[in-house]
Amino acid sequence: MSHKIVIPIGPYHPLQEEPEFFRLYVDGEKVVDIDIVIGYMHRGIEELSEHNHFDQVPFLVERICGICSHSHPNAYVLAVEDILGGERNVVPERALYIRTIIDEMQRIHSHLLWLGLAGHFIGYNTVWMWAWRYREPILDMFEMITGNRQHYAMCKVGGVRRDIRPQDIPILRKALDELVPVIDMFKGAVMDDPVIQARLKGIGILNRQQAIDWCAVGPTARAAGLDIDVRRDEPYGVTDRLKWNVIIEKDGDIFAKTKVRILELYESINMIRQCLDKLPEGPIDADIKDIPPGEGIGRVEAPRGECFHYVRADGTNRPIRHKIRAPSYMNVASNKVAAVGGTISDAAITLAAVDPCYCCTERTAVLEKGSEKKIMNGFDLIKLSQEKTEKIRNNKDNRD
Amino acid sequence: MMILFNYLIFPGFLFAATVGLIAGWVDRKVTARIQWRKGPPWYQNFVDIVKLTGKETILPEGAGITFLLAPYLGLLCVVLAATILGMTLIFPSAGFTGDLIVILYLLVIPAIAMMIGAAASGNPLASVGASREMKLVLAYELPFLLSVITVIIKSQGAIRLGSVIVHQAASGPNIGSISGISAFIVCILCMQAKLGLVPFDSSEAEQEIMGGTLIEYSGLPLAIFRLTKAVLLYTTPLFLIILFWAGNLSAGSIIWKYIALLVIIILIKNTSPRVRIDQALGFFWGKAAILAAAAVILALAGK
Repeated sequence: MSHKIVIPIGPYHPLQEEPEFFRLYVDGEKVVDIDIVIGYMHRGIEELSEHNHFDQVPFLVERICGICSHSHPNAYVLAVEDILGGERNVVPERALYIRTIIDEMQRIHSHLLWLGLAGHFIGYNTVWMWAWRYREPILDMFEMITGNRQHYAMCKVGGVRRDIRPQDIPILRKALDELVPVIDMFKGAVMDDPVIQARLKGIGILNRQQAIDWCAVGPTARAAGLDIDVRRDEPYGVTDRLKWNVIIEKDGDIFAKTKVRILELYESINMIRQCLDKLPEGPIDADIKDIPPGEGIGRVEAPRGECFHYVRADGTNRPIRHKIRAPSYMNVASNKVAAVGGTISDAAITLAAVDPCYCCTERTAVLEKGSEKKIMNGFDLIKLSQEKTEKIRNNKDNRD
Repeated sequence: MMILFNYLIFPGFLFAATVGLIAGWVDRKVTARIQWRKGPPWYQNFVDIVKLTGKETILPEGAGITFLLAPYLGLLCVVLAATILGMTLIFPSAGFTGDLIVILYLLVIPAIAMMIGAAASGNPLASVGASREMKLVLAYELPFLLSVITVIIKSQGAIRLGSVIVHQAASGPNIGSISGISAFIVCILCMQAKLGLVPFDSSEAEQEIMGGTLIEYSGLPLAIFRLTKAVLLYTTPLFLIILFWAGNLSAGSIIWKYIALLVIIILIKNTSPRVRIDQALGFFWGKAAILAAAAVILALAGK
């Protein structure tokens, strides 16, 4: 073999905004080996969680990831409710439905986000901008229901924190109706484009056996023909009372992963509609006071795959052990087989195709044109954002 | 003195760079509007160049004078090409025999300058970019030359741009015939690759190799490369207009033809993903070369 050159992707790289480090050993353009280094983002969440009481932890764990910011608190409260005797025995009916609605809305926004990023990674910036533009209405719906675009703070032990108001339901339905033709458009534009097919088909293949060996989860595994989905295998919320399909593809290449995600968008919309149809009246919170000693687990199908939380309680108001396993942890490792053998160009999209978790937080200051004078600082921006939330909530009210 | 004026001011450097930078702005603005963004103000590209010239030039360890001179080589040659083309348009009889061949060579040199500079920087990502650029040049030059040969055949073997124009003025633009339009289509695709735009921008692919050939450049040399690209954005479509579409050469007609080509460039750029370098090679040596060869044969048959 001729001598190998190392192409570094990370720790800071325009490809992936989050610090992850991939060392590609290349021979010409061909990737012959890959080293994966993670751990740049260690924040000690598990330890922190053991120093907060049970009702504070959801706020902490939803900050693990800015995109799956419902999955983590959901898995955590499932784990605590497991100690209390199971979600179904503790949580009121209406809260179960609301949890599923938020979960599926999160899947829609996350998959659209990935679709855009995937377009960006193969140099197709139009798909990027369009996918993100059509993700905006979903974020607006989040803002209307929960008050936030991200970090919804909906889950609490024993229920949800906010109700879906009756006047919001038609607006949400309308947003979903408008989303369907958009997804049709993406389905056509992405899946029928010969150049995209040339870039994505047969690239970054993770076959069924490899998916099992590397413990791949979520769309990464389902694209490889592995029939797993926590929503069906171990239902939470009301996922077992709805009619929907687990999307499976056989090929295991990037194209299959894209296809799984696009088709899952339809299923999610379908699930939210059914939830809205069946949404029962009643309380949204069981008002849990004490957590008895014991241990519990919670599993949730996050947009990227199975998200797992383990909680042990000793009768005090704090978890004494909290263990988290996020889906990207397994999926990123599977790049070791998926990216080797392709070219550098393929590696870029392959590394991103497992949808590694991104976290976007921005600070902004608005300056007056031509001078250094700040016309808005952080507090003003928060105020501006709160005003916009109010506007969305009120405007939508008036529209009916 | 007049030659110097032609080279530096009009229709050379100053004019070509200005038009190229404004065309670059049109590209950015239209792209932004397609992508639901606002886009920059019209002077953005000029401000970028001015800002870059004021920035520190960082010299990578081990990079020598080649690294610094490579950008100028590209710019000098592409400005020369712009001057020759501009003069030909103003005085079709002013050219010299073989200026078509000279232009062909001059238009390759920016790519070569980029390779030299990238190779001199000693960065592994830049060397990947340089090798991609080299493969791309090898790929698109074959169909591009075949298309130009089509034009030469159609102009009864003239290798002087003036004669090509005169011939088209007499017997209609080359684009009007089957062989001409086939060669023209191939040339548009080659132009996209020459300009280093999506889908053929893999030598600079930001998401893969972080700017590739340009990764080590900063300050003035980077500004020179940007200017080179701008002048190229003016020169290459102009070359195509002269070769294929030169029936009526009033100023207004040249402007709308140029804008039409610019629109095509922007549309291609915004409706396709980046292709891998081996796919680009396969495309240019396969489909594009076959179409260009067919054009040559058709031209020989007088179609």
